[in-house]
Amino acid sequence: MSTRIFGSGIKRREDPRLITGEARYTDDIKLPGVLHMAVVRSPYAHANILGIDSAAAEAMDGVVAVFTGEDVDLAGIPTAWLIPDSDLKTPEHPALAKGKVRYVGDGVAIVLADDRYRAQDAADAVNVEYEELPAVIDPEEAAGEGAPLIHDDVEGNIAFKWAPFDKAASDAAFEAADVVVSERILQQRLLPTAMEPRAAMAQYNPATQELTLWCTSQNPHIHRFIISAVTGLNENKVRVIAPEVGGGFGSKIPCYPDEALVSWAAIKLGAPVKWTETRSENYLITIHGRDHVQHVEMAASNDGAIQGVRATVYAGMGGYLSTAAPGIPTILHGLLYVGPYTIDSVYCESIGVMTNGTPTDAYRGAGRPEATFLLERMIDKVADAIGMDPVEVRRKNLIPAFEDGYEVAAGLNYDSGDYSTAFEKALGMAGYDDFRAQQAAARAQGRYLGIGVTAYTEMCGLGPSQVAGAVGFQGGLWESATVRVTPTGKVQALIGASPHGQGSETTLAQIIADEIGFPVEDIEVVHGDTTETPMGWGTYGSRTTPVTGAALAHAARKLKEKARVLAAHLMEASVDDIEYADGSFSVKGSPDQAQSIQEVALMAHLAWNMPEGMDPGFEESQFYDPPNFVFPFGTHIAIVEVDAETGVIDLQRYIAVDDCGPQINPEIVAGQIHGGVVQGVAQALCEGVIYDDDGQLLTGTMQDYCMPKADMFPNFELGETVTPSPHHPVGVKGVGETGTIASTPTVYNAVLDALAPLGVKQIDMPLTSAKVWSAIQAGSANGGGN
Amino acid sequence: MWPNKFDYARAGSVDEALSLISDDGKFLAGGHSLLPVMKLRLDAPEQLVDIGRIPELSGISANGGLTIGATTTHDEIATSDAVQSMCSALASACGQVGDQGVRNFGTIGGNIAHADPASDPPTVLVACGATINIQGADGARSVSAQDFFVDLFETDLEDGELITGLSLPNCSDCQCAYVKFPHPASRYAIVGVAVCLKMDGGTCAQADVAVGGATVKAVKCAGAEAALAGTSLDDAALDAAAEAVKADIAEWLAGDIAYPEAYRQQMAGVFLKRAVAEATG
Repeated sequence: MSTRIFGSGIKRREDPRLITGEARYTDDIKLPGVLHMAVVRSPYAHANILGIDSAAAEAMDGVVAVFTGEDVDLAGIPTAWLIPDSDLKTPEHPALAKGKVRYVGDGVAIVLADDRYRAQDAADAVNVEYEELPAVIDPEEAAGEGAPLIHDDVEGNIAFKWAPFDKAASDAAFEAADVVVSERILQQRLLPTAMEPRAAMAQYNPATQELTLWCTSQNPHIHRFIISAVTGLNENKVRVIAPEVGGGFGSKIPCYPDEALVSWAAIKLGAPVKWTETRSENYLITIHGRDHVQHVEMAASNDGAIQGVRATVYAGMGGYLSTAAPGIPTILHGLLYVGPYTIDSVYCESIGVMTNGTPTDAYRGAGRPEATFLLERMIDKVADAIGMDPVEVRRKNLIPAFEDGYEVAAGLNYDSGDYSTAFEKALGMAGYDDFRAQQAAARAQGRYLGIGVTAYTEMCGLGPSQVAGAVGFQGGLWESATVRVTPTGKVQALIGASPHGQGSETTLAQIIADEIGFPVEDIEVVHGDTTETPMGWGTYGSRTTPVTGAALAHAARKLKEKARVLAAHLMEASVDDIEYADGSFSVKGSPDQAQSIQEVALMAHLAWNMPEGMDPGFEESQFYDPPNFVFPFGTHIAIVEVDAETGVIDLQRYIAVDDCGPQINPEIVAGQIHGGVVQGVAQALCEGVIYDDDGQLLTGTMQDYCMPKADMFPNFELGETVTPSPHHPVGVKGVGETGTIASTPTVYNAVLDALAPLGVKQIDMPLTSAKVWSAIQAGSANGGGN
Repeated sequence: MWPNKFDYARAGSVDEALSLISDDGKFLAGGHSLLPVMKLRLDAPEQLVDIGRIPELSGISANGGLTIGATTTHDEIATSDAVQSMCSALASACGQVGDQGVRNFGTIGGNIAHADPASDPPTVLVACGATINIQGADGARSVSAQDFFVDLFETDLEDGELITGLSLPNCSDCQCAYVKFPHPASRYAIVGVAVCLKMDGGTCAQADVAVGGATVKAVKCAGAEAALAGTSLDDAALDAAAEAVKADIAEWLAGDIAYPEAYRQQMAGVFLKRAVAEATG
């Protein structure tokens, strides 16, 4: 029997350097002669720039240069997800504003100085004259009559309209239904808030014409691609390094003006240039997530069969279209309208709207939380409308178990699923049936308990490149990896993806160890440098384990095959007689004759005695393009109590049963679920961007923007089921976003369930105590729940 | 994150501090209110005079009442047996300021000089009748906490004056409590209520009540005090006090976009009841 490192909850190999402060982030890298860049940012959400006077700033001690949008000859920052059949407009996004600013924080000028403080002093001294224009933040309002026009070439502020489904069929389903429920759902803007703010530093060698850019990137190869396009440098002259990156949650996918500006300034001035975002800048300029106004309807029969779901979605894009922004409320959203249910009719019209907010883009879950929320919210409303228990409605509509492919009305082919098993397991853990009795007893004492149950599936492990092309993603979605073994039998696994806190250095090493028998501590996963690593499209969309993991598994299998042939040759045995176990190759029937994988690796390097036709060396590479997405699933349940006197919500229990196929490292899976749940619950309960009517960000610091805190949460009760993906070499599915996707509606529905006897039907997220309390007052004034 | 340029000097004594301070200068103690404001460039003093190591400004002494030096940290107050015994509500409030790191550095003098209306200690100081001791170039003076806090981030302190400490009456025969409804983002008080009750058997002989967080400054609440005094603190008295406290703070209300004034006013009533329950529990 071989022992398996796969499935073992070993400690994260990243953690010693992370928790002792020895990790080296972009800002930790010091270069001699570096210039510090400060950006003069617009204080207005929408204004014409009438003039910029930088004379005073330029005269200040230590200031090397001040540049404005007129000086910077970079190509515009591109949008890289061009949704087809949507009449997409891609307004120019200059690295520094030219003539007009479109959100608070839009860059207007840059100051380069020998010291960060002096750069900031000089930035404050740049005098910009503005003519303020009316601003619009709400996407539905921005798409309406009379809204201020943000880009001259984006008529009505509508950047795209995406509606790929059959409207007539959807209308027919709704007409035939017994009951139709509807709601206007606000998916509020969220701040991704990675622990490390963004940073960028560039150095240019004029003799070799090579640019090195260190930056906080989830996808350095995509950054290289875009920086090459924006600067005009050949791609092979651009090296992008993502050193340690302290989280991203999607916010470090896009290429921002700041990365382009340090590159441009480093070339222009012949000196290295560094920029590190402050937290205040991070909240102003780093992408925000969500920002949907959704008009949703669900059709059902009186016996609880869901017959259709449809929505019109106004998705706020902010002042410019960020790198992947158009793909989020469309491909990653509307295609998820079936969820784990047998819904035969879906319709989604998603309207991408320019606003005077910070640009939006992918934030953990990216489009899928917004879809899961609307489905789950509407199912609870259907249950209420037909007088059926919401669990019963879900149970009735779950897709039966399948092992290899299930095509749904939204067009996706789910890989595998066994929703009912996870659903019943979670209900059992929660004690659902008993809970309803406890709830009734509590209500009789004036206590308000509630329960929310979410069944979900989601699409991740992005994804087949052919699909990427068909949906307008301006790149592939494959990954590549090289497993390189040194003569002494130590392993470097070079990957194109770029993990930034997920623990992939551990889980990917476990995959290799499991395939080929090197001890996990002898395997280093190398990532984040476009010169050192093979091409890859990056770490996002819960894709690194499914896609890079598959590439590594295949590369390791190739190596194992080479090792088997070489071992047979060295032991003068037939390849067919070679047996493998735990990193050792032995000859069938003579177990004392064996070659360890390390011995084979050494002999492959020495190449003294190779079989006919075998090349020397011990290294294999694999490009891997997944044949399909992966579809993890599960059921989450929350139990809350609402203090009716204050509106404060106490999250008492949280149960999560998730199925991501076989778990490589259960501790890391649990960590991903914990973090995801926390972020999703925070959307329901406390996080939310607030702008005033002029487009000023009122939640610009953590004093006002409510980050979740540990004491808001109970100990999570986790369970699992294991349904392998049929198309993946080791059967795994992604788990980075499931917690975020499932938890928001779970907690929201629990709170609304608690408030039902008080006549509360709807509250916009986040469910702050003030809003809950006001809703209770209004509900009671209307005579309560009945 | 990047403060403006400033000069720095460290004073060894109160007299030296007063001689060093310039017109555009500020005293620096723990720095936990001042430095964040400077880093955000919301304030840009040209000079900081560090009073953090002046021995005479630090420490707690108990002699009939309590005397607390200006640079005494929140943690020292929260964990002081003397404070616990003579004014447990102040120990409680100081123990709820920020997190442990803030409490290890932040000082009571800096806290009240900053006069953040949502901070915890001022509410207790107003309820319990503290006196603020101040020294300036023209000598020393004292002012009641109630008069010291004037408005939002505004105190009775004149330019160049230094808070040297504060005095509190011995309240060991009272039942007092500070109860806070923390803002979920900042953990400052949405509303904080301090009560100090003198009980005579089952009857409340005297009640002192102050509210912060919901208001632009810590406000002494005479109406609520009157509603509680002379009662057995029964439900009717508590309901009356909860109504009265809303009137007491009506002219001083403060709020933010997420927790508006009206909500905070209501919560002052709810948390007054909870504070009384905690004090008498």
